Amino acid sequence: MKNDYNVFIPCDTAQHTCDKTQYDEASIWEKVKLSIHLIHCKACQTYTKNNHKLTKLMNENKENNLKIDERESLEALFRKELSRNDS
Amino acid sequence: MTQHELNPNGWIKNYSDYLFNYTIVRVDDREIAKDLVQEAFFAGLRSMKNFKGEASERTWLISILKRKIIDHYRKINSNKGKAEVRMNYNADNESDGDWLEERVADPYASNAETVIENSELGLAIHDCLSTLPEKQAIIFKMKTIDNFDTETICNEFNITSSNLWVIVHRARTAMANCMKKNWF
Repeated sequence: MKNDYNVFIPCDTAQHTCDKTQYDEASIWEKVKLSIHLIHCKACQTYTKNNHKLTKLMNENKENNLKIDERESLEALFRKELSRNDS
Repeated sequence: MTQHELNPNGWIKNYSDYLFNYTIVRVDDREIAKDLVQEAFFAGLRSMKNFKGEASERTWLISILKRKIIDHYRKINSNKGKAEVRMNYNADNESDGDWLEERVADPYASNAETVIENSELGLAIHDCLSTLPEKQAIIFKMKTIDNFDTETICNEFNITSSNLWVIVHRARTAMANCMKKNWF
């Protein structure tokens, strides 16, 4: 609990928070601590920059992926055809 | 030379996203893309006996898919389709001269370059995903592409949320490095 009030966090925690931020799962307090860490840590600044770029690219391509239900129905049709082929 | 083998049981899991990505940027219609991917898988099943093992499974499936896409273009570019386009431009005499302007490329519309770029992006992402350990790739895909919440993934794989974030962190680091090499 004591650590929660410490504004200075190590790099692994900062990167962990940065990952959570990509999925909107970091709390405001975690984001504040990450921002303070980023002021002085070059390595985490680079990590954050690349992490944001990755998220941007994944989002740009999101519409070009099959949705879960689409993949499931394709799988069901394929299984049917596969079993017909086996018999 | 390595001899490749076919394992149709893993086709949907391993290649459906890659094939769909490849198709959607070329046909620009979700329903048609799904149909073409399905047709390619079915055609793959029917022609398994012709597989010589010289190409990888994915390359072989892509070559089948390419033929399906070409067939699709041929179909939509049939005489009937072309006649409909000609009729539209000849019927309305009042708009004479406008046709040229209408045909000038719209700089904001999706052009060939954008299409190719998007296609390459999708394929680059899937190429990088295929370099990750299987469990890491599945979890990363579930979290990032399919938007499953943390709890669902943890229950599915029987892991704690800390485990999940460690796996996501490793996957993101590997993906960012791979994309940096191939894309950034």
